[in-house]
Amino acid sequence: MLSPIPASGSIEGRMTDFTSSTQVAGSTEPTLGKNRARDRFMRHRLAVLGAGMIIALVLLSFAGPYLLPFNDLYIDIRNRFAPPFASIHILGTDPLGRDHLARLMTAGRISMSIGFSAMLIATCVGTTIGAVAGYYGGYLGAALMRLVDAMLCFPSIFLLLAIAAFINPGVASITLIIALTSWMEVARVVEGQMKSLRERDFAVAAELMGGSDRYIIFRELLPNAVGPIVVAATLNVANAILAESYISFLGYGIQPPTPSWGNMLNNAQQYLSSAPWLAIFPGVAITLAVTSFNFIGDGLRDALDPRLDH
Amino acid sequence: MKAIPAAAPTLVVDGVSVSFRRSGTLIHAVHDVSFFVRPGETLALVGESGSGKSVTNLAIMQLTPPAPRTLVKGRALLTCKDGVTRDLIAASGEQIRAIRGNEIAMIFQEPMTSLNPVLTIGDQIAEAIVLHRRVSKRQALRDAAELVSLVGIPDAAKRLSNYPHHLSGGMRQRVVIAMAISCQPRVVVADEPTTALDVTVQAQILELLKNLQRQTGMAIIFITHNLGVVAEVADRVMVMYGGRLVEEGDALPLFEKPLMPYTAALLNSVPRMDMAGRRDVVLDAIRGSVPDPSHLPPGCAFHPRCNFFVAGRCDATQPPLEEAREGRRVRCLRWREI
Repeated sequence: MLSPIPASGSIEGRMTDFTSSTQVAGSTEPTLGKNRARDRFMRHRLAVLGAGMIIALVLLSFAGPYLLPFNDLYIDIRNRFAPPFASIHILGTDPLGRDHLARLMTAGRISMSIGFSAMLIATCVGTTIGAVAGYYGGYLGAALMRLVDAMLCFPSIFLLLAIAAFINPGVASITLIIALTSWMEVARVVEGQMKSLRERDFAVAAELMGGSDRYIIFRELLPNAVGPIVVAATLNVANAILAESYISFLGYGIQPPTPSWGNMLNNAQQYLSSAPWLAIFPGVAITLAVTSFNFIGDGLRDALDPRLDH
Repeated sequence: MKAIPAAAPTLVVDGVSVSFRRSGTLIHAVHDVSFFVRPGETLALVGESGSGKSVTNLAIMQLTPPAPRTLVKGRALLTCKDGVTRDLIAASGEQIRAIRGNEIAMIFQEPMTSLNPVLTIGDQIAEAIVLHRRVSKRQALRDAAELVSLVGIPDAAKRLSNYPHHLSGGMRQRVVIAMAISCQPRVVVADEPTTALDVTVQAQILELLKNLQRQTGMAIIFITHNLGVVAEVADRVMVMYGGRLVEEGDALPLFEKPLMPYTAALLNSVPRMDMAGRRDVVLDAIRGSVPDPSHLPPGCAFHPRCNFFVAGRCDATQPPLEEAREGRRVRCLRWREI
């Protein structure tokens, strides 16, 4: 989004200029926006921690299984219920003798992919509907927002379960179901933002410069709402991971033997007292992923608001 | 006074009326306003808040709320760069978008809020260029840098990557001006462009506008209630009251000998240097306040506040807009006597 500046050398050249001048002169020197966004994110310690955690979880989930001698379906019948750190199975085994770590990592792929894709779909749908409703208002806006209200009123867990009972559960269908029951918050947030932003002087100024509605909505107004949208989106990732977990926990989601963090918890519940690690590790994984995404959301909100510069 | 070449007007506003519909009743905010502005000329539009000066210009650019809530009548004929004359009020959505920013641009009062806070100023100026000209983003940024130095911002290339909050009010207003002139519009509407700035910066901005006008030959419609500013910049002056044009003329004669009592009263309520330090001189104020457009007084809208009010005449008939002499129009029943 930024900005080849005429007659002043390459981007790298200017970036080094900037870093050297801040070191020398404090920081009154104007800089490129991107750089600053990264700085603002890096200032947010918890967000950096969260980002690190998510990177670690993603790496483990996607690369980890190749490093283990077992895959998630390999049954080691002599080592059923092996406790963690006691055998070659680092995190122990489940009732069928499958390696718990291998399953946890494969499950992470599925749970996090579902969380992320569901968030993307929900955010796109929610942002578009909210932006149109907020910008145009009137009957169209009212109709769209009543639809949002209706969807919100409906307890989404029942909707999820009802739909899940009718369709063939799979990663794609579960993702879609979750996305279609979680776009309403984003729509609400965006609608409110658009309503107030479109009355601002710079929106009128953009109209006066001859901008079309689409230009004004997407180029002028939405960038001002990025903070709330990103926060809602990261919360959505967290919620989608949770939603996948409880659908799977209730048995309607990802079907065994394919593991997901939710159905691993489901399988673990009858062994809670005898083999607690079966529940603890997926639980910890869900908690880590969800809180990390929330922290990242906080950090991104700060990073994406250039007004927070001092 | 600078000599105005009697060129053909760029913009002719012909009988524009604006009414707002509020809970069933129509409120007439602007009545039958006509004026014109020639290339290279500055027309000042003067009046108190609520006199309809801003609404008139918003209506010309189709920026009043859409049709069922607002009724706009009349014509606003703009001679565009391609030589074709178009009626702005009758233009379709697509036509008016092609005209706004390209043929007619606006400078807002409040530079703090009229720039988008999350886009760099380079982006904002470049976008304004890309909207109307077929150029690459890269070329647009190069032009933006040129515009930024043209409006007197030093170190232009670096400033392009600044956000509005990095700049002072005066600098922001310069950026707004750069955006307004980016496509070399025929007409620039400046809606109190200096009101939010402190006095020294005001003078700089006015100077800048005059310079740009000399270079580009654009017409400026200058909306203000600051008569000092009017004296500084205007070639011609139009005074509005209660949604009507009440006096119009070349700036100097109008200031020297106002014909309409309202103009005279406005001029008298401005402090002058020869009053400085004199406690015995009381500054004139106009009694009462601006009438509510939904309850305009009968007859001449100014009669309740006028020193020359004659019962039975001024409150009975709406005075017509008369041509006092060439280029001088006045709306008052008694202008010959006063």
